[in-house]
Amino acid sequence: MKYLYYPGCSLESTAREYDMATRAMMHALSVELIEIPGWTCCGATAAKAVDRRLALAMPAVSLALAETVDSAADILVPCSACYLNLKQVYQIAAADPRTLAEINEILAAESLHYSGKVRPRHILDILAKDIGPTGILQQITHSLSGLRVAPYYGCQCLRPYRVFDDPEAPTSMDALLAAAGANLHPWSMAARCCSASHMTTNPDVSKELVFRILKSARGADAIATVCPMCQMNLEGHQGWISSCYGEDVRIPVYYLPQLLGLAMGIPARDLGLNAKSARTAALSD
Amino acid sequence: MNRKQQTPQAWIRPEQPDTALERVREKVRTCIQCGTCTGSCPNAFAMDATPRKLWRLVLMGQSREIFESRTFALCSDCYCCTLRCPRGLALTDAMADLKQIAAAGKHGGDAACTAFYSAFLQSARRYGRVQETRLMARYLAVMTPRRPLMPFRFSGLGMQMIKKGKISLRRPPAGRSLKGIFARIESMKDGQ
Ligand code: SF4
Ligand code: SF4
Repeated sequence: MKYLYYPGCSLESTAREYDMATRAMMHALSVELIEIPGWTCCGATAAKAVDRRLALAMPAVSLALAETVDSAADILVPCSACYLNLKQVYQIAAADPRTLAEINEILAAESLHYSGKVRPRHILDILAKDIGPTGILQQITHSLSGLRVAPYYGCQCLRPYRVFDDPEAPTSMDALLAAAGANLHPWSMAARCCSASHMTTNPDVSKELVFRILKSARGADAIATVCPMCQMNLEGHQGWISSCYGEDVRIPVYYLPQLLGLAMGIPARDLGLNAKSARTAALSD
Repeated sequence: MNRKQQTPQAWIRPEQPDTALERVREKVRTCIQCGTCTGSCPNAFAMDATPRKLWRLVLMGQSREIFESRTFALCSDCYCCTLRCPRGLALTDAMADLKQIAAAGKHGGDAACTAFYSAFLQSARRYGRVQETRLMARYLAVMTPRRPLMPFRFSGLGMQMIKKGKISLRRPPAGRSLKGIFARIESMKDGQ
């Protein structure tokens, strides 16, 4: 199996371990990743809050660059926000030729063109559909049995496009974690928004949502996530939030490929896990 | 316009037509005010006008009330309302439209959001990619005079990330700049 790879800005800085774990896990699964040369920022939530054309053109640049490599390929995208931005342009290309023409008029400034062929897919989609729980199961050497995990999907890998899972009650991650031997924490917060985009600009709103999610994860040993925004939002402010509400809601938040990678016997160091807390060290022993 | 001569439905027209609102109004034209959007919105508890009320205000062209509210600025793009609206309306896109109108300076908008988005896009324009720690530094430099306590909350997260070896202070690796794209869009500016 072979995919083009769009890491996105976060995976080069604050979410470096997501990049490491994704590459290590895909390598162990004999999946080849070809990083899109010269890829650029997808615009995140900023572009669509400022300018409609910018929100279309920024993801389109990377789609156009991907087509110069292999226009028949799928792009693997680990970040849910990047995925949604790329996916939106892909959908427009299929359904709205006028807007696609407008996008290409902008891309022409960089001598680029997007024909709408190359298709962005979320990493969870690829893990759930192309590799599947059976594909994971075949590679398991260190079962996660005894570890209780709360699978957290968040928003943008599920909505608004129904691609690989139910946007209200998703289960794709559950099957993968179960294949790795983990126990699942039953909860109703799996598809709730964590309001990551507000943590910087309206923290009092965001902290309320994060608190509710963390509180409902109580009883689990860890949360599994498939988005760098969710990971940082759910894990990065736990001390502050615990003290705001006078309740200890701290819990480690791992990337799905880190947990699957551990179960596949990939050394913790290669999954970026040495960079984590003492509780992680215990987990990887 | 003489109000007395208007058709019975005319009361849903704005008193002073706001052309910027037109594309938003088009998106929510068939809203039946059922409130599913409000009931689904994780941020509704913090909004001054609920999403349902906001769509009503859009239909009534109440620009001032719309743009004085924090409602659209507090939309976190979760697409719950879009997924559940029984009329199938593109509500998350409509929220983005309102953010764009505010950002274009036609109306107010949330100061913190504006500062953050402009720092973000500046970085993307110049380097093609955004280096998050630099972005935060720039954002805090703009915001601190207004909200002096802000950096303290992030310093904890910053220390934690340095300990974990997550923070890299190097420039974003070579992508390509987006200057050409930004310039082309600038030159096209006129009715979004
Ligand atoms: S869910 Fe749709 S129809 Fe119902 S109030 Fe909201 S916008 Fe209107
Ligand atoms: S997309 Fe925005 S308005 Fe709609 S439910 Fe989510 S946060 Fe609320």
